[in-house]
Amino acid sequence: MNPEGFLILSAILFAIGIAGFLLRRNAIIAFMSIELMLNATNLAFVSFARFHGNLDGLIAAFFVMVVAAAEVVVGLAIIVAVYRARRSASVDDANLMKF
Amino acid sequence: MIPLIPLVTASEVAFWVCAPFAVLCALGLLLSRKPVHSAIAMAGVMISIAVLYAAQDAPFLFVVQIVVYTGAILMLFLFVVMLIGVDAQDSVVETLKGHRIAASLVALGVGVLLISAVGQFTLGGAPAGLADANAEHGGNIESIAAMLFSRYVFLFEATAALLITAAVGAVVLAHGEELKKKVSQPEQMVQRTRDYGELGEHPGPLPNSGVFARHNAISTPALLPDGSIAEKSVSRTLAMRGVIVDVDELRAPTTSAYAALDARDEEIEGDDE
Repeated sequence: MNPEGFLILSAILFAIGIAGFLLRRNAIIAFMSIELMLNATNLAFVSFARFHGNLDGLIAAFFVMVVAAAEVVVGLAIIVAVYRARRSASVDDANLMKF
Repeated sequence: MIPLIPLVTASEVAFWVCAPFAVLCALGLLLSRKPVHSAIAMAGVMISIAVLYAAQDAPFLFVVQIVVYTGAILMLFLFVVMLIGVDAQDSVVETLKGHRIAASLVALGVGVLLISAVGQFTLGGAPAGLADANAEHGGNIESIAAMLFSRYVFLFEATAALLITAAVGAVVLAHGEELKKKVSQPEQMVQRTRDYGELGEHPGPLPNSGVFARHNAISTPALLPDGSIAEKSVSRTLAMRGVIVDVDELRAPTTSAYAALDARDEEIEGDDE
């Protein structure tokens, strides 16, 4: 089928990811929303790769996955470190550098 | 073979099954109160996206999506959710005024913008498909490998550095710095002696739990000479849980034995008279 459907699905998922990142206070859920946005872009990459008939899009998606894995490791370590220091995973509570 | 329903391909069936499921799961991620439910909804999104990859001639990414995202990343998320409190719920209080409305508007705006941008352009014609590209080196995985180790080899090397940095960073962050200073043994000794001098606290070790004929568990309190409980002989956690053996129950065998002896004595004395 044509890639438009996949692109629209990708756009919807990306918008939901933005909403989750902006609305949710729990750092873990905000983080999951970022993962959702990365997945949405991956879907667009794969759709375009299929449309154009070359594999560069798949490789881009592959590298996005690698970067996402590294990012999750460091991000979750930060969340755990913040939780250990302040006993809270809410992004509202970490306001030490707020002006 | 004539297809049962004309113009419907397997790819389309997969799309119309998986796309609504992915959107529903994404909404579940957005709207559920508990982080665990969000993580499960996220797994649903990941798996349906993996199926969509499979429907688009990308079997390698299909497997990688399931192994890396659903298998590794989501399990890591669930680990952290378990670690920092499953029952932690989001506060519903708005700290910034109008934050929720503004955020919803931004998300909606970006969504509408992206969808209308996609809708504006028809890409024209059927997709080229990956069949040719895949067949070039004898398969999807082989073709991806051929590209990865030729044109993208430096990028591939760079990801190695990235992953090592991430691993080191995670170790450093998770190890954490000490929030409280460790008390050394001489300091403990000084503190203990000071407590004895000022508060009269016993400087020696805590008393044992009680050892009786029928009980010697750690929940058995030791009794003082006057018959009261030695408070420190039982762990405070057990005391709070209320699992301490009752004093009367401990004393019951002794009391009944003495009573029997007394009765016997009286009987013997009564015989004498």
